[in-house]
Amino acid sequence: MTTSGSDVTVESVVRRVVADHRGQRGALLPALHAVQAELGHVPQEAVPVLADELNLSRADVHGVVTFYHDFRREPAGRTTVRICRAEACQALGADRLVSYAREAGLTLGETTPDGSVTVEQVFCLGNCALGPSVEANGRLYGRVGPARLGSILNGTV
Amino acid sequence: MNNSSPADASVGATAGSPADIPDGAPSHCATTVYVPRDSAARSVGADEVAAALQRAATRGDFAVDVVRNGSRGMLWLEPMVEVATPRGRVGYGPVTPEDVDGLLAAGLLDGADHPLRLGLVDELPWLARQNRVTFARVGVIDPLSPRDYVEHGGLAGLRAALALAPADVVAEVTESGLRGRGGAGFPAGIKWKTVLECADELKFVCCNADEGDSGTFADRMVMEGDPFLLIEGMTIAAHAVGASEGYLYIRSEYPDAIATMREAIELARGQGWLGKGVLGSALDFDLHVRVGAGAYICGEETSMLESLEGKRGMVRAKPPIPAIEGLFGKPTVVNNVLTLTTVPTVLANGAKAYQDLGVGRSRGTQVFQLGGNIARGGIVETAFGITLRELIEEYGGGTHTGRPVRTVQVGGPLGAYLPDSLFDLPMDYEAFAEAGAMLGHGGIVVFDDTVDMAAQARFAMEFCAEESCGKCTPCRVGSVRGVEVIDKIVAGTHRDENLALLEDLCDLMTDGSLCAMGGLTPMPVRSALTHFSDDFHGGRRLLEIQPVNATGVRTEGTA
Repeated sequence: MTTSGSDVTVESVVRRVVADHRGQRGALLPALHAVQAELGHVPQEAVPVLADELNLSRADVHGVVTFYHDFRREPAGRTTVRICRAEACQALGADRLVSYAREAGLTLGETTPDGSVTVEQVFCLGNCALGPSVEANGRLYGRVGPARLGSILNGTV
Repeated sequence: MNNSSPADASVGATAGSPADIPDGAPSHCATTVYVPRDSAARSVGADEVAAALQRAATRGDFAVDVVRNGSRGMLWLEPMVEVATPRGRVGYGPVTPEDVDGLLAAGLLDGADHPLRLGLVDELPWLARQNRVTFARVGVIDPLSPRDYVEHGGLAGLRAALALAPADVVAEVTESGLRGRGGAGFPAGIKWKTVLECADELKFVCCNADEGDSGTFADRMVMEGDPFLLIEGMTIAAHAVGASEGYLYIRSEYPDAIATMREAIELARGQGWLGKGVLGSALDFDLHVRVGAGAYICGEETSMLESLEGKRGMVRAKPPIPAIEGLFGKPTVVNNVLTLTTVPTVLANGAKAYQDLGVGRSRGTQVFQLGGNIARGGIVETAFGITLRELIEEYGGGTHTGRPVRTVQVGGPLGAYLPDSLFDLPMDYEAFAEAGAMLGHGGIVVFDDTVDMAAQARFAMEFCAEESCGKCTPCRVGSVRGVEVIDKIVAGTHRDENLALLEDLCDLMTDGSLCAMGGLTPMPVRSALTHFSDDFHGGRRLLEIQPVNATGVRTEGTA
């Protein structure tokens, strides 16, 4: 992940990414995913560049970025942990994982001040027979109890 | 992500027909061992088990070919390792990496006895009693081996379809009685006929793989376990309606399915199964994967189309229906993964064979997904008509916690919560509708007696508030009001007046919402009120549950 505060860099990354997606129909979502994959988030400076490149209004681009849960306006922590709170995981005590995170001083949807961890909720990871489920940095864990969540948060699993 | 794929000599082959696919079998006498690559299996350690096997093979004097298959769907046994023996595939599970050395020492490679030995997998009653049609190959084959696919009957449906005129393919699908498996249950053949009869030059086939409902994972498993089947189904749809481009919209929460489908599409292009002149026919069809961005509403077909067009996933008013004005305003088939993966079987075996399964107007098989608090969760594919009780008790074995089953939510977060008195209901679209419930996508989520149904009803409203696209007021505002009203009822504030208000709010959301998000949210709420009204009188969780079991749930590390 390369992040830079420099507008020139954001602009050049966005223009290059859009060039890769220009031939696609309805290219905005694939372009946003690619921008986020490169920069770790979709910075505000990317919006006018995307609008210009894809012949959209800035309002259109802003509307899309803010509509979808996946697109971040700020960088995430080095570890991103998502706790599934959908019904199947609720039935196996997902709320206890949320309580555990809260007791550890982590707020859902926020990144710790030191930038180490972001904890979020997610509704269904498709692992409904082996819940409660948690995803950490793209990896799925099943049958997670508070103790294992602790290990995941500490990076020891 | 460590999405390892087995070495396969046929990968990358460019032969035009399956007969030309080079033999991918290893020349030495290695024993084939299967370790699933399905993400549910990986979530409980399948990658580590596969790695331990490889390490042991490197150290020892035996030869092992580790094939990363899909999952058979007996998820409580994952990671389930299978060994190919002369008598058939012998299963062991659940296997941890620490078990591997002991298993090998006990004679794993000969299918020998061991406490984890399950027996011949095909004969395990849980599996043998099912009627696997769509899932016939899932867990059996290497998902990314074109050779495996063809050897196990793949492409028979597409070949049969290409020999027919488009209208005859549509007639066959209509005749089979296949209804959309995404939840609404609309007859697939009628939708296809509408698209076929549109005169446009450009038409699309879109597969809705935004499986966002809790308790549903069959789409994910079929994409990870038999991706060519979905490609085949979409290609048949393209031929049937005259489409030249296909889009597969997969939710971002399924990274393994996305990677598997992308790889399978590349392989299919190399085999001549996609692209110009599919299988030497006049059909030109290509397929693209698009990734969602975390919006439940994009599982609604018109929201999905907006999202594919690069917009916010806002619901469209119907008419016009997508079959006439769909993606980019063009005629579009929108079907769910399970609908499209059923089509090859219908074409290969004929409409009659499919029609013969099921009950009433619910024909064929349904892929039921057992999840939540259940002892034996996983995939049960059987003909329609099986009862909920058979699924929960006989297949599921009751709850994971060992406590009594209190309720089951069927059909996702917008489906009803059913009490024990309705567990003998046959799984049938019409029977469920009559009982104020819906079969939806066949997802079944089990709860034990610690569940607080007022909390579940509140969650249904909260989820709707969180995930509403915001276009229509009943859904956007009604759901927020729903949370407030339920809070007042539980707190005992003007309970009767607020119950009447909640009833009125449910009516309004049902009648006035633009799509099923707001329109069906009242279903879980009302079913909770109807069948579990005691829970709305406050304090159930405090007075009844905690003295019984303060934690309620047995999970790893807490038992």
